[in-house]
Amino acid sequence: MHDDSVNKWNLKLTDGVPMQFGIFSVGDVTTDPTTGRTPTETERIRAILRIAQKAEEVGLDVFATGEHHNPPFVPSSPTTMLGYIAAKTERLLLSTATTLITTNDPVKIAEDYAMLQVIADGRVDLMMGRGNTGPVYPWFGQDIRQGIPLAIENYALLRKLWDEEVVNWEGKFRTPLQGFTSTPRPLDDTPPFVWHGSIRSPEIAEQAAYYGDGFFANHIFWPADHFKRLITYYRRRYEHYGHGSADQAIVGLGGQVFMRKNSQDAVREFRPYFDNAPVYGHGPSLEEFTEQTPLTVGSPQEVIDRTLTFRETFGDYQRQLFLMDHAGLPLKTVLEQLDLLGEEVVPVLRKEFDSLRPAHVPTAPTHETLVAHRRIRK
Amino acid sequence: MEKRHIVVLTAGLNQPSSSRMLADALAQSTGAALEKAGVEAEFTTVELREHAHAVTDMLLTRFPSAELREVMDQVKAADGVIAVTPIFTAGPSGIFKSFVDLFTTEDFDGKPALLGATGGSARHTLVLESAIRPLFTYLRADLATTAVFAATDDWSGTDEANPLPERINRAGAEFARIVSNYTNPGAFDEFAAAPDFLDLLQS
Repeated sequence: MHDDSVNKWNLKLTDGVPMQFGIFSVGDVTTDPTTGRTPTETERIRAILRIAQKAEEVGLDVFATGEHHNPPFVPSSPTTMLGYIAAKTERLLLSTATTLITTNDPVKIAEDYAMLQVIADGRVDLMMGRGNTGPVYPWFGQDIRQGIPLAIENYALLRKLWDEEVVNWEGKFRTPLQGFTSTPRPLDDTPPFVWHGSIRSPEIAEQAAYYGDGFFANHIFWPADHFKRLITYYRRRYEHYGHGSADQAIVGLGGQVFMRKNSQDAVREFRPYFDNAPVYGHGPSLEEFTEQTPLTVGSPQEVIDRTLTFRETFGDYQRQLFLMDHAGLPLKTVLEQLDLLGEEVVPVLRKEFDSLRPAHVPTAPTHETLVAHRRIRK
Repeated sequence: MEKRHIVVLTAGLNQPSSSRMLADALAQSTGAALEKAGVEAEFTTVELREHAHAVTDMLLTRFPSAELREVMDQVKAADGVIAVTPIFTAGPSGIFKSFVDLFTTEDFDGKPALLGATGGSARHTLVLESAIRPLFTYLRADLATTAVFAATDDWSGTDEANPLPERINRAGAEFARIVSNYTNPGAFDEFAAAPDFLDLLQS
């Protein structure tokens, strides 16, 4: 049974931040509709590396990369990218959005991210997802109809590999393991914090709740009431499994913004990118999509106001990631956007969210809080 | 008196449209047959034309606009669906097919359905059986055996061997029987149906 006063992750450390703000990148190579120019893969990869470093420069907390195995996406090898960014940054927390728990070998995930933990000195967590490209399953020898069972079994094995030194294991989807030790061991015997991302499956919210892990709602492409059901379900089940009360569950949300000092300038500049965007282009109008989803195109103040409404919808939460570099936006523009985000938006959001957050709501988990928590449990 | 709520879908494009006329006639015969069986029927008619943009948007974005969601929720919760489309190029109209594509088998599993179609001549009649019935069979709807095709000529009432009103009444009576025997489980709720984690782990 849980003690109401102490949530699983509720450890206030002076060097931690109560709420994390950051960016997540899909890593699409998309033609800039205003110039007709398509960046090369190399240009795009280097742009992503630059964007990640910029995130730290402007005072953001998190950079998360997607994982894809088909063009027009470039980030197929997240820990290679994140390892480089780790060396180039000092504070930035490196994460994924998402790591394919269905088609990656959980043994390789255990090893890769434990290695990254050491290299980044603990500045690592990751987000599990099932992916959105059907053929990735057969390309990696799996069956898409087994998506949920794969996510469940692979993650159970991943946890075991991180939590237990010597693993004997047998499951449905992978060669059995006898006397296997995943190396390196997690940093300070403390595996990275795990988020589970899903846009529609209650089973994944259930999985996150069961383990007391975080739940991330991508949020950006669908209406808020859809994600509200998913997050409410996760929070309720988190409480059911005894990790804390529902409002102490660890929630992350996506957001998508484009800003200029003047609202009209933002709309005018972003519209061609919106109209031709890979995910929603040629569908609803910018105005309709702005109303239906969290997309905010306008002034920094409008972004602040809109983002604060997320808390009203979903409750106090721990991580806010913005999608900033997609749909063919040039690097220069993305860097300008990050300046606005880091200088004008996030400082206000930090203050506002902090003043609204009740004391019993946990701060965002980090390696330090997890290590401290582990010490207390022992 | 027992009550049933039936959603009538019509994908006609003209105003007035013969698909709408057929849909109204099918609803009327169904209502009359249900009333005879002591069941009060309430009908909601949806002109898919009015949702054409929203349907296309949803195919692209995968989420419905607020208004479209209301229509979809009505279909999911209905005690029966009457669906009528014009025949275009040996198939249902694109709007009709696109709308049907927004649903899953969970939404239609066991749901009573009655089909109708309209077209220029009787040569298109079997499109209803070969191209439209399979959509609803796939969705696991409980279909009335009789589906009604109305060619332009049928509205003249000169077919004495097998007149349109007779076919409409036969279809309405069949559909009404299925509807009155149907126990509606309510719209499928994936959260209510979500398994406990330990079941997930063991399966």
